[in-house]
Amino acid sequence: MKYLSEYRDPKLARALVAEIKSTATRRWVLMEVCGGQTHTIVKQGLDELLGDVVEMVHGPGCPVCVTPLEQIDKALALAARPDVIFTSFGDMLRVPGSDCDLLQIRARGGNVRIVYSPLDALELARKTPDKQVVFFAVGFETTAPANAMAVWRAYELGVKNFSVLVSHVTVPPAMTALLDAPDNRVQAFLAAGHVCTIMGWTEYEPIAAKYKVPIIVTGFEPLDILEGMLLAVRQLEEGRHEVENQYVRSVRRDGNQPAQDLVSRVFELVDRNWRGIGPIPRSGLGVRPEFAEFDAERRFAVDGIHTEEPTICRAGDVLRGVLKPFDCPAFGTMCTPERPLGAPMVSSEGACAAYYNYGRFRSAV
Amino acid sequence: MTIACPIPAVATERIQLGHGSGGKMSAALLRDRFLPYFKNDILAQLGDAAVVDVGGQSLAISTDTFVVQPLEFPGGNIGSLAVHGTVNDLAMMGARPRWLSAGFVLEEGLSLDVLDRIVRAMAEASRAAGVLLVTGDTKVVERGKADGIFINTTGVGVRAPDFAPGPGRARAGDAVIVSGPIGCHGIAIMSAREGLAFEAEIVSDSAALTPLVERLRDRVGDAVHTLRDPTRGGLASALNEIAAAAGIGVVLAEETLPIPGPVAAACEMLGFDPLYVANEGVLVAFVAESQADAAVEALRGHPLGRNAARIGRAVTAHPGMVILQTAIGGNRVVDMLPGDQLPRIC
Repeated sequence: MKYLSEYRDPKLARALVAEIKSTATRRWVLMEVCGGQTHTIVKQGLDELLGDVVEMVHGPGCPVCVTPLEQIDKALALAARPDVIFTSFGDMLRVPGSDCDLLQIRARGGNVRIVYSPLDALELARKTPDKQVVFFAVGFETTAPANAMAVWRAYELGVKNFSVLVSHVTVPPAMTALLDAPDNRVQAFLAAGHVCTIMGWTEYEPIAAKYKVPIIVTGFEPLDILEGMLLAVRQLEEGRHEVENQYVRSVRRDGNQPAQDLVSRVFELVDRNWRGIGPIPRSGLGVRPEFAEFDAERRFAVDGIHTEEPTICRAGDVLRGVLKPFDCPAFGTMCTPERPLGAPMVSSEGACAAYYNYGRFRSAV
Repeated sequence: MTIACPIPAVATERIQLGHGSGGKMSAALLRDRFLPYFKNDILAQLGDAAVVDVGGQSLAISTDTFVVQPLEFPGGNIGSLAVHGTVNDLAMMGARPRWLSAGFVLEEGLSLDVLDRIVRAMAEASRAAGVLLVTGDTKVVERGKADGIFINTTGVGVRAPDFAPGPGRARAGDAVIVSGPIGCHGIAIMSAREGLAFEAEIVSDSAALTPLVERLRDRVGDAVHTLRDPTRGGLASALNEIAAAAGIGVVLAEETLPIPGPVAAACEMLGFDPLYVANEGVLVAFVAESQADAAVEALRGHPLGRNAARIGRAVTAHPGMVILQTAIGGNRVVDMLPGDQLPRIC
């Protein structure tokens, strides 16, 4: 595959691994922010290759993992309504709510469909005027522009049967919350390349300066991640703490201005609960009052749903990197990939699911 | 301390699509809802086909039901698929497919032109695979009660006495061989269903595997310990099932996996892993190491197997588990999925 295989070259990857090993004089704790990066790390076994010099903590950048239980429960309530077609990205369908998941709602008769774009959901709304089409707008700054675009187009076209259930979150407040925690162990970040493609990296400069942490804007292919690790380890070894851009083929310092404009036209900063971490002030995006008619929470009055996380699940400590998944009392017994208690066990690259599989392998050999 | 678990088990009160995925939910459905009622030694083998003895002759019997949408897709239609699927299940037990039955559930309103094309494709596929369709049945249901057409086929085949591959016979040291590129069928269906257009059209690999099995039988015979066609659930699920049945571990080498460029690109875009995508014209073989090269050569001598390749080996370590050695040198567990593969957000 042109433009992909170049970034997966095994020889170059092995050379980078060797260089990271020879650069590090001790073991450093790095956090990759984005779930897509976690996916590559786990899929390629990068953490195992570098385990003696780098400890990778899988960060909170997986929308599947951090979408709070109460938003999932609202999604389930909406999807169960006979007048609603509920649309979502695929991997949200298995995320457990308080009672069940979206796949089970579908089995009970709910109309739940996987779409690849919020604009497909909008198109579905225009084709089925007798139904209310709701799109589950989750994710970070990366997915926000397309979701804002869907709302904006629905507004322009006067579509009356389309709305979004929003659970958007933003990266910088989560990084700050992690760094403010007294038990924080993370010494450098691989920032999410796609988030920065939209937002640029100016927001990260004050964080790197204030907390004295290197922040490397990093891509998603094996060579991207290894190079990001190398840049982070170099900075740590040299005592520097700067924002550095590994993902130069995609990211500019100021990001994508039209996309940012669209997002701030439709969305505003709101307080947001993070699954496993708790409330973080001004860490989420919500629909602006001018577009209230496209906000599913207001249209269907589900904003009264409030739920508690299961107390036994320590997903928050895992996401913050202070607890290894196998030190959680529920790990592998009450909580497995088939029967997840917390979101990091749901998707295969979730920190807990990754350790579950990896641990089974280590104990078997 | 009482722990309130808010999450229900995977075994829920209703059938979900994931129960048809070929993953862990399918296995649980079979184990918990069917097998307890039908205990017998033949069924307990859980091979691709049942093996029975009739007057000293070993027969294989298999049944399969086909519900694909769209009914016609690049590389075949539900009719050719219904023949290939059952014929291949028989072939995987080392049997020569001989006879087929077919049951049709037809939905009110189905175009007779479409039906003609489907039946013609069945006839051609049967002829090519050397099986006779010897009995059948049709039922018609009201519009909305079926998805155009559902087809069930049951096949009977005859096993040679000295050739008896089975899932439990794979052993540590065996070479793991696939007969061709993986992922084509599932991606072809998905592209046709969703109206996705990729740079190159991806064509289903649907085909009868009998010629490949015959070549293996003729060239390396009983050195073939296990055969499997990795249909729904893909190569990953098939290998997990074999690892569990034989009590062995499987180690795959990533760079040897034959994944066609267009399939890899489509999976990349859609957020899928080709290891879990369905195939309908590929077999995976566990062959004694001493005969492995001969087996690959035998497969390559036929157009269907010209891209046959060794992709890994069976080991004594980590029994029941499939490990992929990545090109970079890392390891990852290739587990069975709980249900359907879901496209990823990021």
